[in-house]
Amino acid sequence: MRRFLPLVLVSFLLATLCGCSDAPQSDVSGKGESNLSGKLTLTGSSTIAPLITEIARRFEELHPDLRIDVQTGGTGKGIADTRIGVADIGMASRSLKPDESDLITHQIAADGVGLIVHESNPIEGLTAEQVISIYLNQANNWNEVGGDKDEITVVHKAEGRATLEVFLKQFSIDNTRVKADVIVGENEHAIKTVAGTKNAIGYVSIGTAEADIQAGVPIRLLPLDGIEASTATVSSGEFPMSRPLNLITADEPPQTAMEFIRFCQSTGVHDLIRSNFFVPITSEPDVAQ
Amino acid sequence: MTNTSSIKTGSPRSSGHRTREYAAGIFIWFAASVVMAILAWIVVDITVRGLSQISLSYLINNVADAGRSGGIGPVILSTILILLVTLATAVPLSMASAIALTEQVGHDSLLARYIRLSLDVLSGVPSIVFGLFGNVFFTITLGLGYSILSGGLTLGCMVLPILIRTTEQAINSVPVEHRHAAAALGLSRSTTLFRVVLPAAAPALAAGIVISMGRALAETAALIFTAGYVARTPESVFDSGRSLSVHIYDLAMNVPGGGPRAYAAACVLVGMLLVINGATALLLKVAGFRIAPHFGARR
Amino acid sequence: MSRSDLLLKIATRTSAALSATVVLLILGFLFRDAAPALREIGLSRFLTDPSWHPLYGHFNLTPMIVATLATSLGAVILAGPLGIASGVFVHFYAPSALAAWHRRIVELLAGIPSVVFGLWGLTVLAPMIAIWGGSGQNLLTATIVLALMVLPTVAVFADNAVAAVPSESIRGAAALGVERWGIIWNIVLPQARTGIIAGVVLAMTRALGETMAVLMLAGNVVEMPTSLLSPGRTLNANIALELGYASTSHRSVLFVSGLILMLVVSLIVTAISWRRRSGQ
Repeated sequence: MRRFLPLVLVSFLLATLCGCSDAPQSDVSGKGESNLSGKLTLTGSSTIAPLITEIARRFEELHPDLRIDVQTGGTGKGIADTRIGVADIGMASRSLKPDESDLITHQIAADGVGLIVHESNPIEGLTAEQVISIYLNQANNWNEVGGDKDEITVVHKAEGRATLEVFLKQFSIDNTRVKADVIVGENEHAIKTVAGTKNAIGYVSIGTAEADIQAGVPIRLLPLDGIEASTATVSSGEFPMSRPLNLITADEPPQTAMEFIRFCQSTGVHDLIRSNFFVPITSEPDVAQ
Repeated sequence: MTNTSSIKTGSPRSSGHRTREYAAGIFIWFAASVVMAILAWIVVDITVRGLSQISLSYLINNVADAGRSGGIGPVILSTILILLVTLATAVPLSMASAIALTEQVGHDSLLARYIRLSLDVLSGVPSIVFGLFGNVFFTITLGLGYSILSGGLTLGCMVLPILIRTTEQAINSVPVEHRHAAAALGLSRSTTLFRVVLPAAAPALAAGIVISMGRALAETAALIFTAGYVARTPESVFDSGRSLSVHIYDLAMNVPGGGPRAYAAACVLVGMLLVINGATALLLKVAGFRIAPHFGARR
Repeated sequence: MSRSDLLLKIATRTSAALSATVVLLILGFLFRDAAPALREIGLSRFLTDPSWHPLYGHFNLTPMIVATLATSLGAVILAGPLGIASGVFVHFYAPSALAAWHRRIVELLAGIPSVVFGLWGLTVLAPMIAIWGGSGQNLLTATIVLALMVLPTVAVFADNAVAAVPSESIRGAAALGVERWGIIWNIVLPQARTGIIAGVVLAMTRALGETMAVLMLAGNVVEMPTSLLSPGRTLNANIALELGYASTSHRSVLFVSGLILMLVVSLIVTAISWRRRSGQ
């Protein structure tokens, strides 16, 4: 027993001290006018976190003395942390509510919300009334809305999610009247459920659905009221259901934070936004609320 | 390594007994096969979906494109550091606590019962509550911030119940003759403990530690709020760093198109588990202990 | 008492006290954040409101309490016999090499993350159970996977407990001509009972505390389950689902559900230890 203790301690110390860092070191030839330094902490939505991590990496290459730490925990946590100062910037996958008006919103992208069914489902599209009747359990079978005879397995989102709120608002549904068979939290959960159940219907982020369809997952995005659901139609404004992806700050954010936010809103990161299957916004930045 | 396959048991004396023997044998073999088959199923599922993505560069390189390309080098390092912190906090604390419960405090005293009760309740705390608690206590109150240290300390708390209980069980399973012999030789309490009892209990102790490490490796929710999400190479235990399980979760459930990489990371995790198992067995062998608990617990 | 003995006494008792304090800290933390909801809403509404729709002011937790108990109890009912059988297997039935492999496999099972179990359940098990209707995400699927997750706990405790049975008892019985299962059932298991029960209790609490895999597999619909094939939401899955998006008052309500879960765990654990005491 005693023989192992020194071994464990030594290896622990070594691991702590060595920190073999191979973090990207850019040239010392000062890129960018001013070299920002210090540390920025962002917390919040796990939907936006992967995108922000990539944007942050690019930003860090321009400012080698700056470190940006991205943490998750959900939109609610991001907003709460920003308010009390634990985070410099909060990531929110929805717009701020009236009781959150002490904070400032900076939109960086948009994300459509579309209906999905299994690939093999022959239904061509749904109207708003049909969607409402499915989710309120008035229509129980696909043949009632123009499809083949099969039970409908209704997949719904958990309360508080932005996709749910966009969905409810679009169809003016009261959540207490919705009858679901499965309730999910993350978009991927909904997608995997629909992919594994031939008669299922659900609604997810259009970007995530497109990414998975591209990767061969057996689902389809359904046109709503005749309008196709795709990042293109969301971008052009044709498709009605979408939610904003925002960075949130408190009243007087540090200059580093504002620089980073401006970078996130610049056209220089549109490729990153697209490769994460979101929709870049082309109007001018800083929608202060 | 003896087990009772070496003891000649009697043969059934009546047809009733014979059926019982037969039925019991079938049930036991069936149960054991179910356990082994299910694990094989899961491991095969992971491997088929993920093994093709693994290469040496994958194991060393930095994370890129939210994990969809590049490697998982920093993630592996963070995971190892988190495990080390967990071990460093939980093993001494649990061993001392278990010794207290078995040797110091009366076995059925009010104090011992209270301690066991609180440990049992502790093991029922949901992992997400551990994460939130760790977030408030370690990162904010103790000021450690999102760091590997916070994560390791939180996990240390999480594995305390199972580690203390298995250590307690291991110590109690040492035959009382050992202690009598030590007392007859005039050894002090602490010498008996460290030179006689603990070595005899070593294989069972090791089994408990391995299970706890497995549990720590498997934990996700608690780490998201403490060790954090950062995929950069950590420079010390005070840096935030995501563990392998957090990485798997992110790729599987958050990052669009991250599925195959999630399975690849899961393969690496299974690999790490195998390494830990193997290393523990090797260490035990090298130190001269038996590798598995067996009857009599004699060296 | 020698000096090293005194040192040992101090170190061990302090450690034990420290270990016992952790749970108090966590309970305190839960209580602090749950207090606002308890004050404003009151405990009875958590059992009597018409439904669970926190954004509309309804806070009935009963369906979730039922789902939590059903999945955890079910998991232990499945994992208990399997785990005990595993412990008996490695000592009495398996040749040494196979026993070593079996132990390795059990240790591996303990280390698989809940998200991997969830994914496997979602992509492999749920479609199979969907033959009986729906998506396959229901209490049954969640219970099966939960059983797999807590199985290693029971197995390790059973393994160590069986090993702790004095070999004299076994050899004595064998010398008397008792057959293998007779020895196991009448001699080994009774003597291993304390260790096995410790393992089962820990497995039960682990099942009660599991979040992620259950969230991915149980269906998460907040309705009183009518059968094993009904979907259900456990208290933990509820916290995990809603916490990240909850406003302060909603958060407080979720912490109340966390407290109630802890209450349930404490009751179960106390009940088991009382029964054991009176049974002895």
